[in-house]
Amino acid sequence: MKAMDRRERSDMLIEYADQFEEVPASVATRPFAERNRAPRCESEAYVWVTDHPDGTLKLHFAVENPQGVSAKAWAAILDETLSGLTPEQIVTADPERLFDIFGRDISMGKGQGLLGMLDLVQHEARRRIDARRAG
Amino acid sequence: MPTTESGITTRGYARPDVLVDTEWVAAHLNDPNVRIVESDEDPLLYASNHVPNAAEVDWARDLNDPVRRDYLDRAAFEKLMSRLGVTPETTVVFYGDKNNWWACYAFWVFQLFGHEKARVMDGGRIKWEKEGRPMTREVPTFASSVYHAKERDDVRYRIFRDAVRQHAQAARPLIDVRSPQEFSGERTHMPEYPQEGVLRGGHIPGAKNVPWARAVTPETGEFKSADDLRAIYEKEIGLKPADDVVAYCRIGERSSHTWFVLTYLLGYTKVRNYDGSWTEWGNSVGLPIEKG
Repeated sequence: MKAMDRRERSDMLIEYADQFEEVPASVATRPFAERNRAPRCESEAYVWVTDHPDGTLKLHFAVENPQGVSAKAWAAILDETLSGLTPEQIVTADPERLFDIFGRDISMGKGQGLLGMLDLVQHEARRRIDARRAG
Repeated sequence: MPTTESGITTRGYARPDVLVDTEWVAAHLNDPNVRIVESDEDPLLYASNHVPNAAEVDWARDLNDPVRRDYLDRAAFEKLMSRLGVTPETTVVFYGDKNNWWACYAFWVFQLFGHEKARVMDGGRIKWEKEGRPMTREVPTFASSVYHAKERDDVRYRIFRDAVRQHAQAARPLIDVRSPQEFSGERTHMPEYPQEGVLRGGHIPGAKNVPWARAVTPETGEFKSADDLRAIYEKEIGLKPADDVVAYCRIGERSSHTWFVLTYLLGYTKVRNYDGSWTEWGNSVGLPIEKG
């Protein structure tokens, strides 16, 4: 990814946040289960992973903090880049990409919170791989 | 719909003039003598939308020195003021997310340079939004100003580690505004935030714990009345207006909120913010801590 200035980066991220779509009611409704809550994310982000018949996965998110713009942007990016991939592909996604996208100067707290969303996605992918091996 | 009765003047504050309500801000959006400034934790929030004609001050980019652990110096402050088109005569009104947590932090940094014409919008960003007031993505530009700042005053409102140690040894009032879990040592950061950067959990010996956000009414985001604030800071932990008080948190941002409350809303005469806070104290060789 080419180096972006602060304005370009925030414009891009806001565009993603605008595209954010909350988890459909067919997958989850409030109150959301604690097991779907992303660890360390203070914007109260929730994550669901559903299975396509071809073995690929679809990601869904909810962000309960109305001012959680970064969490919404990151959810939309994860959906765009990881939905439609197999669990094996999803577990290889590099968390360092977060810092390419949000910038190296993102605060440690925010960075860790957003990584918590990816952690939960990769945990779900890994669980499917393990279940398949066990089965 | 916007409300017109904010009640700031009825809450018994020592300095009610330091707060303005959303209605006042709405009436001064294009006032050349007023600069509205948003300061948030989430750096994307201002870019997503903001109060019309509001400028942004980002705590990491604009207020912190990029190399030293310190705040910007006088030259950098003057440059920032020039970018914002602010002169010493401009009334700067801060607002932001998280109950004005970062707005108070910016307000505190501005006071290090003696910018006295500073206000906080009571209720912050969330109140403005809930009232259905206009927001925009348009980023305003301002004609550059010339601002001659005073040298940064690191004495009046700021205190450093060794002085805090003497303060603690003398058993003078120390207020730890972090969460009870951070205070006890169970955690080294707020619940939901990562556990980061501090070797030991606990608090400075003798400190009393009042989480910063207790000063705010959660439903409205507005500051509590002076009586309610006194019930917390005076009845619960025994502070007095003439006390020499030091407030701290993790990096000095939450404690700037408490500093604001004690100094301006309750009129305490000597309150200092220990911005080294727990990330310095908890990691320092040879400094004692308390747990529990």
